[in-house]
Amino acid sequence: MSETLYERLKQDVRFEEGLNACINCGICTANCPAARFYDYDPRMIVVTVQTLKEEEIEGLLKGDTIWYCGECLSCKTRCPRENTPGYIVQALRSLSIDTGYYKYSKKGRQQIKVKRTVGDNILKHGYCMYLDEITLEEHPEQGPVWDWYRNNAHSVLKRLGANYKGNGAGTMRDISQNDLDELRQIFVETGAEERFEKMEEYDHERK
Amino acid sequence: MTMKENNKTRIVWREYQKEIADNNYYYARSCIRQNFFPGSEEAFIKIVRDVLGRDIFDDPHQTTCSGIAYHCGVLPFDTTMTVIARQFALMYEAGYQNFIPSCVTSFGIYTEMVETWEHFPDIFKKAKKLLKASTGRDFEMPQNLVHTSDIIYKFKDEIAAKSKLKLTHKDTGKPLKVVEHIGCHYAKIFPHHGVGGAEFPQVLAGMVKTWGGEVIDYPERRHCCGFGFRNYVIKEDRSYPLSNTKLKFESMESYKPDFIVTNCPGCTYFLDRWQYVIAETEGKTYGENGYGIPVLTYEEMAGLVLGYDPWDLGMQLHQVSVEPLLDKLGISYNPAEKYLGHNGESIGEPRKPEILKV
Ligand code: SF4
Ligand code: SF4
Repeated sequence: MSETLYERLKQDVRFEEGLNACINCGICTANCPAARFYDYDPRMIVVTVQTLKEEEIEGLLKGDTIWYCGECLSCKTRCPRENTPGYIVQALRSLSIDTGYYKYSKKGRQQIKVKRTVGDNILKHGYCMYLDEITLEEHPEQGPVWDWYRNNAHSVLKRLGANYKGNGAGTMRDISQNDLDELRQIFVETGAEERFEKMEEYDHERK
Repeated sequence: MTMKENNKTRIVWREYQKEIADNNYYYARSCIRQNFFPGSEEAFIKIVRDVLGRDIFDDPHQTTCSGIAYHCGVLPFDTTMTVIARQFALMYEAGYQNFIPSCVTSFGIYTEMVETWEHFPDIFKKAKKLLKASTGRDFEMPQNLVHTSDIIYKFKDEIAAKSKLKLTHKDTGKPLKVVEHIGCHYAKIFPHHGVGGAEFPQVLAGMVKTWGGEVIDYPERRHCCGFGFRNYVIKEDRSYPLSNTKLKFESMESYKPDFIVTNCPGCTYFLDRWQYVIAETEGKTYGENGYGIPVLTYEEMAGLVLGYDPWDLGMQLHQVSVEPLLDKLGISYNPAEKYLGHNGESIGEPRKPEILKV
């Protein structure tokens, strides 16, 4: 018989670390920044996975709820049962991507945008975010100072003692091809590359 | 738990100190800070090397920790674990054992991996195997793992002894009122790894008090800045960080802070930039006379105390002007030099926001 979703979740160390019997006190929800502004309740996530019911867990994996969490992990500090709803969410998100269930929700489908920004930046630049890629159009909140900084990046950064696009050490240095190759090899070895390829495939199929 | 025991616990946490190595640091750089607050990345090295006379190594081979992608939910646990293992391998190869990341997200991730490896030896073995297979490298866990703000905290008295000014008003001599904001991943994940734990963190409050300022205790003090990882990266969801940061401004407003200081690159950015957005979209400003509340990194705060020039510290890259604070502190600065490039090159000035005064 194939493994249940709960069994697969149990193999994730974050799930194992993040879950003891919940007493439904709601402290996690009271402290949660996502719950302040979204229709989101981390307590209900913990309660749902603890039902062990396959269809309920599948519902979580296919829904928007698990993508609302901001991963601040404020819930880890405060839960009297030492649960971490934020870790449980991480395990659920991983399984949602691995099973392909993330495609069923609007928020899940948004993940391709994360892959194409911070995900791809890692392999391209060795930084998870990079000045050259952050435009005012995509990030209007950066304000006019950002435009001025980007347009004059070499001069501004040199004044501040940085080594922008330079070799060797220093702030904003170029990461060497050898080091980037090692990162890529880690992505290949640990399943990230395969995951990224699958996410791109799903997105193309959808379109 | 009785009331008495409860108080005892609180006192223990308030006085809790963690072990912070005295010298020989391997500096793990932050992506957000290098890009958004490059002056602070440099100022840290300068303070540690030139003011404190300590040895710090800046390794060209280090990369991102991959933590932002991990917390956004796109990277598998094993991938981030192996990237972290590689960073530790580089540290050992360079002959260091004290690892100091300047990013709070990174600090949380490094700590999470070390804790996982300590509790689950099989996962440690797996990390070794994965790193070997992908890079041929080997690694060990660091002997001391602390955040860069812990280093400044440790030497706050030494910095005070060498300081050029106090965090007081130049006219009245009264302590300036400071909001200290600690990045969630500094101590909320592993309270034992933060000075003062999660509820009574002393890391920034200790610096502020030692250098003459006064810390404000306001209702949403411990609330997240709202980064929310994927909730920020995805443009449609960016109201999440905006709303959470606004909640903090509304809560601190009545206490009239002279400035905000944070130990997390992301928090510094959000507390600075959302003031600009709120001003331009709602016409609301939180500082005095149409300005915002200046938001500083702890290196900028330390740098000002040590007499560094604000523009050498990179404070011109904030969207909220720091001049109201510089004026209160009685720091002399040349406004004409603020937006100059390298070697005094004239490179124009940023466009002025419509509402937020700069
Ligand atoms: S980690 Fe997620 S569930 Fe936990 S408090 Fe933060 S936003 Fe809420
Ligand atoms: S704080 Fe802990 S015990 Fe209380 S509802 Fe949340 S997960 Fe359950």
